[in-house]
Amino acid sequence: MAFHSTTEHRNLAKRHLKSKVFAAFCGAVTWSSVVLLVVLLYQVSVDGFRWLDWQFIDSFPSRFPERAGIKSALVGTIWLILLVALISIPVGVSAALYLEEFATKGRISKMIEVNIANLAGVPSIVYGILGLAIFVRYFALERSLLSGALTMSLLILPVIIIASREAIKTVPVSIRYAAYSLGATKWQTTWAHVLPASFPGIMTGVILALSRAIGETAPLVMIGALTFVAFLPEGPMDSFTALPIQIYNWVSRPQQEFHELAAAGIIVLLTVLLLMNSTAIYIRNKTEKRLR
Amino acid sequence: MTVELNQKKVTEAPREADRVTSLQSSKIRWGELGIRIWLAFCALISVFTTIAIIVLLASETLKFFTAVSPAEFFLGTTWTPLFEPSAFGVLPLLWGTFLVTLGAAVIAIPAGLASAIYLSEYASDRVRGIVKPILELLAGIPTVVYGYFALTFVTPTLRNVFSDLQVFNALSAAIVVGIMILPMVATLSDNAMRAVPVSLRQGAYALGATSYEVTTKVVVPASLSGVMASFLLAISRAIGETMAVTLAAGQTPNISLSMFESIQTMTAYIVQVSLGDTPTGGIAYQTLFAVATLLFAITLAINILSQLILNRFREVYE
Repeated sequence: MAFHSTTEHRNLAKRHLKSKVFAAFCGAVTWSSVVLLVVLLYQVSVDGFRWLDWQFIDSFPSRFPERAGIKSALVGTIWLILLVALISIPVGVSAALYLEEFATKGRISKMIEVNIANLAGVPSIVYGILGLAIFVRYFALERSLLSGALTMSLLILPVIIIASREAIKTVPVSIRYAAYSLGATKWQTTWAHVLPASFPGIMTGVILALSRAIGETAPLVMIGALTFVAFLPEGPMDSFTALPIQIYNWVSRPQQEFHELAAAGIIVLLTVLLLMNSTAIYIRNKTEKRLR
Repeated sequence: MTVELNQKKVTEAPREADRVTSLQSSKIRWGELGIRIWLAFCALISVFTTIAIIVLLASETLKFFTAVSPAEFFLGTTWTPLFEPSAFGVLPLLWGTFLVTLGAAVIAIPAGLASAIYLSEYASDRVRGIVKPILELLAGIPTVVYGYFALTFVTPTLRNVFSDLQVFNALSAAIVVGIMILPMVATLSDNAMRAVPVSLRQGAYALGATSYEVTTKVVVPASLSGVMASFLLAISRAIGETMAVTLAAGQTPNISLSMFESIQTMTAYIVQVSLGDTPTGGIAYQTLFAVATLLFAITLAINILSQLILNRFREVYE
């Protein structure tokens, strides 16, 4: 029996060729998603760039494209995000602290865990319906910033809790031992040692969750954020509009000019998101280096 | 496991010490207790949310079913709840959702799997460091932006090729939703594949396997539970996707085999009703909850299935 028959040689060459083709195919598919992102960004900036000026940022929406702007939408989004942060960060981090530090690992904490994982998968529009029925109608908060912020907070709470728990888990047990051995109580240890040590990780998760809230449209449409708001909200009980709502409104109109306005709005929205995401990645990289 | 045990010891140790030696052993720390109750309350908010969703959807859906028989809702093939003569067959909406999800899955599953294989098996650390954040950025783009992309770029481009494509059509919606869920499949599957130990790959290479054979016969089967879970999560995301399909696929509930025509998904219907002036308590308002219940039930079932697959079929290498 010949060790290297010609058929075996041919067969081996074929297998290697197959392998190379497969690798090239996988690489091509991956890089095409990168190209896709570039195409998307290019398309949007070509469409929207000429509308992007101070007048666009500083004007209220209008029937006339050349006079229309995103002032009320931008201010609404800023209000919304501040309120969402005020509500969701304390509640989300507290929940994570309870589950990681205080809860006895048993059936109830397991149940809460499964429940949070499932909530993270509920479509955002279902949260919108919940907000409409509970906050807008039942608590009679009307179509206010507060209704929107509460709905959005419920939506991103699972994300914040999951990210915060991961961050808290990375704090070494020895730090807790050290605090306990000096006579600190459970809460003193958590507040003075565990929380500061896990702070960067928590912040990363919180920023990513908030950037999700900025881009969410469906729940706001459900609770009835208005699309035409020619005034600035002055308090949490005022009605409002937000960037994604304004973009949706412009995209759904047939005229070309409004599509271009939508593109300009998208540039502003993506810039805000990019800033937030890079902050999160920056914090992550910095702390990773420190821990190493 | 060891960490958990250690934590338990720590929680018990000070209490025992208190009981034995401290003079203030019987004193309750009210501040500490109050904080504990607050933290537990925050953790329970998630449970309240779930209960609220279920109670709300169930009660309004039951009211809906007193007016419309379940048989008509689940088996009817006409959906015209907002005008006379009204009909409440949900099948057209289900079909619309199914069509878009199927199209999105056909794009995202093979492409996402290929990307995951490239990232975990072939890409150098440097390339990975560039491509993975880009995929995460793609995943972070708001869905309304994908809607814009579908309407102003995908549909006009496709209309150059297929002249009988309607302005609103299921095809563009499926394409952009596919693009949207691709990063999810890629990053989750990549994580699962990277969890497969290198020794398994080395074993296969030692037996003379090529990289293609190692990938398809060792790595993918070994990480199959994670890969399947990523498919299911992406599909559930596609079913719940709202703004892109509302903008791209239109508002025409119909059961059509053609992806060139306008359809309406469950989510798009919910948006349509909430944009109009639907009075509270009417039958049109209740259809909102009936459709939302169906949507919630379908996505929940898929999410639970993916968790079951992860727990039951996970290969653990240690």
